[in-house]
Amino acid sequence: MSDVMPYTREDADFAPSLSTDYRSTVDRSPREPLIMIPPTLTETTGPGAWDRLMVGPSGIDLTAQHKDVPQGQRIIVSGRVLDDRGRAVPDTVIEIWQANASGRYVHSVDNWDAPLDPNFTGAGRVVTDAEGRYSYVTIRPGAYPWGNHMNAWRPGHIHLSLLGPAFATRLVTQMYFPDDPLIEIDPIANAVPMPARQRMVGRFDIKTTKPAWALGYLFDVVLKGRNETPFEDHDHDH
Amino acid sequence: MTIETVVANIPLEDRESAPRLDNQDPTIFGQTPSQTVGPFFHYGLPWKGGADLVGKSDMGARPDLFGEEHYVLNLSAPTGIPEGEVIEIAGQIFDAKGVAILDAMIEIWQANAAGRYASVDDTREDAPLDPHFVGFGRASVDPDGIYRFRTIMPGRVPGPGNTLQAPHLAVSVFGRGLLNRLATRMYFQDGDGNGDDPVLGAVPDTRRQTLIARRRDDGHWWFDIHLQGEAETVFFAL
Ligand SMILES: [Fe+3]
Repeated sequence: MSDVMPYTREDADFAPSLSTDYRSTVDRSPREPLIMIPPTLTETTGPGAWDRLMVGPSGIDLTAQHKDVPQGQRIIVSGRVLDDRGRAVPDTVIEIWQANASGRYVHSVDNWDAPLDPNFTGAGRVVTDAEGRYSYVTIRPGAYPWGNHMNAWRPGHIHLSLLGPAFATRLVTQMYFPDDPLIEIDPIANAVPMPARQRMVGRFDIKTTKPAWALGYLFDVVLKGRNETPFEDHDHDH
Repeated sequence: MTIETVVANIPLEDRESAPRLDNQDPTIFGQTPSQTVGPFFHYGLPWKGGADLVGKSDMGARPDLFGEEHYVLNLSAPTGIPEGEVIEIAGQIFDAKGVAILDAMIEIWQANAAGRYASVDDTREDAPLDPHFVGFGRASVDPDGIYRFRTIMPGRVPGPGNTLQAPHLAVSVFGRGLLNRLATRMYFQDGDGNGDDPVLGAVPDTRRQTLIARRRDDGHWWFDIHLQGEAETVFFAL
């Protein structure tokens, strides 16, 4: 017999897998309902510390990976990884990838003719500290056109991937920027119903903005948390 | 008092921008919604060796999709050979039209040969850890849409109550057009205990075979994933 502390279920505010405005979902989303399974050790365990998986530089400054500094607006993104009761999630890896300041990816399938930047790759990794905090430096990614519909443009966004403590907490998401008018007409962001969609919009923050160096943005990531067994009152016989 | 007079009393360097409904707003605190990995994840996620849980190789990555100067991902941690039967797993991911998807990624999470997870949340002492086995892997599909892993046949892990689960891998599917990570499991044809596995038992028997890998003549295990259609794979709510 195993002692299993299950995680909370996915929030009802998540996007449905089929979201017809985002056309690629039509042929790629399951039609059968998801099947509920009893939580087991398989779902409540996870690989944990990233240094067991990958070795090398952690990549917290995406503006310092090449000979010169990249084009674009330098930004510092910082925040915490929390669970859905507000408790810190320490020692978890956040993987980051994004387009350059012009909205172009260093990827051969991206054939938009915005310029590549020889000084920018756009991939990095950070690990949260004991309080769940993280911080990285990058440049603000540009908007880019895509083929979803006539005149479709993605709002500027940073792709984020988190392992979290367990298989059940795995999350891939995107961070958006608060002053971007493209968010409200973007089928991918809007697959998430309001107001939960706004959880993916970071906040400009003057306190983490570094004078004469970089703008600061705050972004917390909230993962599923462990369900707790009901609190037992041991004082009932006092 | 007008907003202007309030702001006027705050020193310039301490003024903050107007509050908005965003990531930092406590009124919408909750799980961060999931978003797609999109088509351009290859320089940010699948690292060299990420799909090889046994030895050192480049399995899993797609460095052909971007310039060599943009390979900034870390490498797999060095490891010795883990205990157990080495197995190779491969398969394709199909859309509703039966077309193999070329921009998808698979992750696996599994126990070692003794049925123990390399996780702080697997606290059992009756099954040994293997210092050479982490049990997490990540593979992009190749240009033919085939994903491949080299790993160890997992041992049996306890399920709910006094049940014992059949050997299985937890599987996550990511890709362009997938707003949510799709979670499924891979079992093995003629696997020990498939007949009374508590998770397979929660699946209607008409669909159970979608979770079972077949052994091919070359000895490799083959596991196709169908996102939709007649042969739609069973996906789980975790
Ligand atoms: Fe993107």
